[in-house]
Amino acid sequence: MRKKNPAWANVYMALLLLLLYLPVLVVVLFSFNSNPGRTANFLFEGFSLQWYESLFDPATGYGEPLRTSLMLALWSVLLSAALGTLGAIGLTRRPLRRRLLARAGSAALSFGEQVAVLPIMVPELVLGIALMALFTLMGLPFGMVTLVLSHVVFCVPYIFITVKGRLANLDPALEEAARDLGASPMQALYTITLPLALPAVVSGCLLAFAMSMDDFVISFFVNGPTTNTLPLKIYSSVKVGVPPHVNALCTLMLAVVFLVVAISQLYSARVNRRRQVQASGGARI
Amino acid sequence: MADPQVLLSLRGLKKTFDTQEALAGLDLDVYAGEFITLLGPSGCGKTTTLRIIAGLELPTQGSVFLDGEDITYLAPEKRAVNTVFQNYALFPHMNVYKNIAYGLSLKGVGRQEIARRVGEMLELVQLSGYEKRLPSQLSGGQRQRVAIARSLILSPRVLLLDEPLGALDLQLRRAMQHELKDMQQQLGITFIYITHDQEEALTMSDRIALMREGRFVQLDTPRGLYEQPRTAFAASFIGETNLINARAEAVKEDGVLLDIAGFHVPCASEDWLTPGEPLLLSLRAQRLHLSREPVSTPCRLSGTLVESHYAGGERASLVRLDDGQVLHTRASTEGEDLPEIGSQVYVWWQQESGVLVRDDREDVHA
Repeated sequence: MRKKNPAWANVYMALLLLLLYLPVLVVVLFSFNSNPGRTANFLFEGFSLQWYESLFDPATGYGEPLRTSLMLALWSVLLSAALGTLGAIGLTRRPLRRRLLARAGSAALSFGEQVAVLPIMVPELVLGIALMALFTLMGLPFGMVTLVLSHVVFCVPYIFITVKGRLANLDPALEEAARDLGASPMQALYTITLPLALPAVVSGCLLAFAMSMDDFVISFFVNGPTTNTLPLKIYSSVKVGVPPHVNALCTLMLAVVFLVVAISQLYSARVNRRRQVQASGGARI
Repeated sequence: MADPQVLLSLRGLKKTFDTQEALAGLDLDVYAGEFITLLGPSGCGKTTTLRIIAGLELPTQGSVFLDGEDITYLAPEKRAVNTVFQNYALFPHMNVYKNIAYGLSLKGVGRQEIARRVGEMLELVQLSGYEKRLPSQLSGGQRQRVAIARSLILSPRVLLLDEPLGALDLQLRRAMQHELKDMQQQLGITFIYITHDQEEALTMSDRIALMREGRFVQLDTPRGLYEQPRTAFAASFIGETNLINARAEAVKEDGVLLDIAGFHVPCASEDWLTPGEPLLLSLRAQRLHLSREPVSTPCRLSGTLVESHYAGGERASLVRLDDGQVLHTRASTEGEDLPEIGSQVYVWWQQESGVLVRDDREDVHA
């Protein structure tokens, strides 16, 4: 049995959680406010679903940004999944026949690894400005394309890191066994390595999806005149006080992000558990 | 074997990792249908040799021939050689059936044909009914069988086994040793087997290639290796032996006369011998007899009984010779009449039990 925490520790914990989550709880609470007036964000009058009901009315104007954000996240994640997974495979696999080359390139490889995760370490502001400058220089019109390209930049590392972690734990003998049994390098890749890396690809994608849906700073710099993502729309509507719709929208986004993260966590927990069973099974005779 | 036909040959195989020499030039002919074991301490290059034969590693120099064809640079998937990996390397996301069917399905064999042959293999390795299990749901011994079935289904010319029983407990090991040997004889497939367990090598192999530091020390039948070791390393790696310092007094046609601690002992000669040179005589502990009375055979030494304890069917004793060398003996306890500790004893043996070996104990290149 674990020792019980002293009372002051519990109080401290409660205060901390309150500080972190009270603002969020307020938003959730007021999203159900029946008060339609100017005091909608201060006075809670009663329970109502009116903000949710009218959220996607054309007049309110949140439907289009939501669609944009979903499309943006989908494309960014798909492209990042391909790039991140291939990158992780390329930087993990030991070439069978070109050991010399591998050794010469190993310095370059570890450099590549560092560079691949750079986008999540560079301040978003810097990345946003840099991307904006780049697209201007290239003469690329700002819009969906620039948004997707920018989101790919910061989504790739999430997928790269999770997939690479998974691949590093894979027994290299598995791929060798596949080759030994008659698989070409490509066949070994898509019958053995990719299926085994899939759980990591999925959880990386979920994480990247949440990041893309939520991004404001970078989108702000590379957004076009005809595109409007949900975070951008919310930002523009709170300039003159928080409209009650935003509470409802934020609550919905919170629910979606919470759900995605929860699924991702449960999924990787299940995979881990399965791996543990395998590991302990290996020791058993 | 009536007509030994060479199936696989290694010629001047060398392998260098960075600056470390793993294989120092191996030559080997493996005959069709043979069970050959690469035996040696860890790090002696046995796994590297196996990986080169499998195509998972390229030699720095030298060639591998299968059926007279040079396969040194052939991709692993194109060789009629399959491997049972040390930790089995079963595909964790595939069930037993799919693991075993993997090789055939890559070849585009029809579904019914695959089902039939997987069924045969499961029967061969006694795992019928386990098709749907995942590797994680199998015991070590069962995984072992799946790994073997997965390789055998492709009817390889040569099956390479890299310490396949290393992860199993002793009892299961024994049982699997017999099963593997039976399977090999039944199917007539050539096995190249790796182990560091000398007992396993002795019981299973037709021939043993004893390895040390990337070289073959001796290539012989189990009996030849045990009875006629050629070097001190071979003698001491397999079984328990005494290595006694001796000096060749006279080399004659029918043998050599040795001087050991003042005794003149005859022994079969070796062609590399020169008179006067210090030598080592290998005497198996089990082949030594103890006696209180002087014995008439010329193959005897005398000394003081230092230690002696009962060990079931045999008695382990230590005898110190007059020149300070110590002999271990493991004489049968049958009808024994043993001298007391500290008393003078005679140690004797049949002449053919004493084998002159080259002293390679200092030859450590690493």
